[in-house]
Amino acid sequence: TPPHKHLGITSEWTLDYPPFFAWFECALSHVAKYFDPKMLVIENLNYTSRATILFQRFSVIFTDILFVYAVRECCRCVNGKRAAKDVLEKPTFILAVLLLWNFGLLIVDHIHFQYNGFLFGLMLLSVARLCQKRYLEGALLFAVLLHFKHIYIYVAPAYGIYLLRSYCFTANNADGSLKWRSFSVLHVTLLGLIVCLVSALSLGPFIVLGQLPQVISRLFPFKRGLCHAYWAPNFWALYNAMDKALTIFGLKCNFLDPTKIPKASMTGGLVQEFQHTVLPCVTPLATLICTFISILPSVFCLWFKPQGPRGFLQCLVLCALSSFMFGWHVHEKAILLAILPLSLLSVQRAKDAGIYLLLTTIGHFSLFPLLFTPPELPIKILLMLLFTVYSFSSLNSLFR
Amino acid sequence: MEKWSLMTITVLLALTVRWTVSLGSYSGAGKPPMYGDYEAQRHWQEVTYNLPIRQWYFNTSDNNLLYWGLDYPPLTAYHSFVCAYIAKLINPDWIALHTSRGYESQPHKLFMRTTVFVADLLVYIPAVIVYCFSLKETSTKKKVSSALCILLYPGLILIDHGHFQYNSVSLGLALWGVLYLSYDWDLLGSAAFCLALNYKQMELYHSLPFFCYLLGKCFKKGLKGKGLVLLTKIAGTVVVSFAVCWLPFCTDMEQIMQVLRRLFPIDRGLFEDKVANIWCSLSVLIKIKNIVSPQTQLKLSFAVTFLSLLPTCIKLTVQPSLRGFKFALVSCALSFFLFSFQVHEKSILLVSIPVCLIINEIPFMATWFLLVSTFSMLPLLLKDGLLLAYAVTTLAFLSVCAASFSIFEKTSAEDLQLKPFSLSLKGYVSWFKSFPKIVRCLFLLSVTLMGVLSLMSAAVHPPQRLPDLFPLSVSVISCLHFLLFLVYFNVVILWDSKNSRSQRKIS
Repeated sequence: TPPHKHLGITSEWTLDYPPFFAWFECALSHVAKYFDPKMLVIENLNYTSRATILFQRFSVIFTDILFVYAVRECCRCVNGKRAAKDVLEKPTFILAVLLLWNFGLLIVDHIHFQYNGFLFGLMLLSVARLCQKRYLEGALLFAVLLHFKHIYIYVAPAYGIYLLRSYCFTANNADGSLKWRSFSVLHVTLLGLIVCLVSALSLGPFIVLGQLPQVISRLFPFKRGLCHAYWAPNFWALYNAMDKALTIFGLKCNFLDPTKIPKASMTGGLVQEFQHTVLPCVTPLATLICTFISILPSVFCLWFKPQGPRGFLQCLVLCALSSFMFGWHVHEKAILLAILPLSLLSVQRAKDAGIYLLLTTIGHFSLFPLLFTPPELPIKILLMLLFTVYSFSSLNSLFR
Repeated sequence: MEKWSLMTITVLLALTVRWTVSLGSYSGAGKPPMYGDYEAQRHWQEVTYNLPIRQWYFNTSDNNLLYWGLDYPPLTAYHSFVCAYIAKLINPDWIALHTSRGYESQPHKLFMRTTVFVADLLVYIPAVIVYCFSLKETSTKKKVSSALCILLYPGLILIDHGHFQYNSVSLGLALWGVLYLSYDWDLLGSAAFCLALNYKQMELYHSLPFFCYLLGKCFKKGLKGKGLVLLTKIAGTVVVSFAVCWLPFCTDMEQIMQVLRRLFPIDRGLFEDKVANIWCSLSVLIKIKNIVSPQTQLKLSFAVTFLSLLPTCIKLTVQPSLRGFKFALVSCALSFFLFSFQVHEKSILLVSIPVCLIINEIPFMATWFLLVSTFSMLPLLLKDGLLLAYAVTTLAFLSVCAASFSIFEKTSAEDLQLKPFSLSLKGYVSWFKSFPKIVRCLFLLSVTLMGVLSLMSAAVHPPQRLPDLFPLSVSVISCLHFLLFLVYFNVVILWDSKNSRSQRKIS
């Protein structure tokens, strides 16, 4: 039953996404009972049957329709400078393939199993709407998206600053700087209304029931530790590695007392809190400050020198990357947040294409540990090669 | 984009599809006591590794021929031996004599699937790539599209990587033979085809076109001079290839006879199970097996087979051309499939691969045929639990072919290579005006019928009185399609002349 979902602590896989996602799962469960009723019993943890697997997989494929629609909208925003005769060399075609066949998305959604496809569809759709200057729709879609999966808060600064700068201030001076007089109260009110309405719709039932603190603590589990079970390749991974190296060095040179050091504290593959031994401890506040400092340059650029949708996309990618680098308890899948929007930029300028190729190849490689069984090994290698060969050769031919 | 990157992408896509199908079920999974083809291959590894060569084909206390005895020529046995050698390095339990019967585990399945994957990668896929690159008068895009369509043909993928067999080795070797012949390297071509023949004896379906084409070439060069030299060289190559393969068995006449007895089980009857064959379809109306004695059955099937492929072979000998050769491969193999003795449903692959070779000349008919050939194997695939793989690969194949060759626009008489034939039928010219539309309608009807029957076979239970209703319907409908295709291919070959080809070049 809806309001009590967040209180259940019956297993390690309890709900830790915002309310809209919970409603989504609820809707799915109503369809699921036609496939196999036993998968809906709460006590049936780790329940698998052929019908369950079939249903889950089909649900991901079905919800990907939204992603396909979003890709179509994004392709409409992209205008290639050269009119290519061959359909294979058109920027829109290349963008469509880069997004629809994105290795990371395929692996995470359809093999590892999540619903990122339709969430990224929402994000790309909101980006497309902003590019088409339909600001309110873009804002609405992003607000809804935030309440589906709060990881998108990584890129919220980009949205906020861009909407403020380009929508609430409706005109620029001749030299491109801000015209303070053109502040539109109407636009600000509309934006505020949209955000409040969406938040009310999602969190409303829980505020009424007085469960808001519980929801917040499930959504932002700071007790989970600096790094996930498998370290995301971000700055804190290097920090941890440095700490380990110094510990070993210290033990060898007898600077440290062996009895005071816990064994395999961070590499044990478990999600828990722990302490660093040599380097100073990192608190959630510290990570927030680091992230904030690292997104400042791009946000400033977006505010003082807005370059329209392209500037917005660049800021978005940088916000995603900064949060990935310095965030608290980051998942390695979060790299997709940076890779997918960057695809939109990569088909328009050669420089962006170069950066995209670097980021996407390394980012996809970093997702390899997600699939660890022997039968999946050829699949991940083949798909990775497929995507890498295609992205390199198509972007190369586009910007020859 | 450059052709090498396009081809690499095509190959990677093909490999991904193959491995994904491999993750599914295989023939006889979890079905003791006999299991299926997967267990047969594992058993042959066990036999060839543990027993001396002299005992491989004989019924001994260690080698019970009733439990999946070897019934393919020596090259298959050697291949199994190599696989067994590798298996021994990984886990000897997999091929331990007697105790490993019915061995099933995830690591072993991974190993077996890898052997098929590697064999495919080493023999069949390079042959297809080289073949597509060697196509004349086609753009790079068409070459890559042909390669993609050939490599995505569902039938071979589902049988080799799903049901579990090694058809890609023998078909790949035959394809290398065709390739060498297209470059006029006749000796290499003959050697390659002999190797294919020594891997699976079903390649005999292709032997007549090879023979007639090479004979025709010799005749053209003049039997008194160069022709005779070529003929003796080819004969020598064939003898040497066979000798090399059969060397360990040549010590004893009894060995050779026993192998031949295992390869050609004459006392087994006209057909087994449900096959899209004339005899099986006719048996719905007349019970041939009861009317005619086994000896007469044999003679009858041979007579009908040879009568049906005689016109094509004569034409090929008299006018040897590469195009005629490829079409002859199709029609001869199809004749054999329809009318021959002890045909298995998997033998349709021997017809499908030559059809893949001419996919860029008659894309519409080739796509149609390949779809029907996959559909004809549906009962087998359902038994193996490969329904999902079948549905997805068939739909993917249809979409890729439709997109690459825009088949729905190319259904005129000229596109179907029927122009010379239509010119002969001057009286029916007015009927041919709506020919494209009729053909398109027939295609859509056929595909809908196949789709509906596939769905029903999978989802609906057959009525109590007719338990074999669906497999039999699949076989009969496929057989009807194949008969029409046989007529079509024969018409194209017989009406094809040098004039028509030069006309195409001018236009």
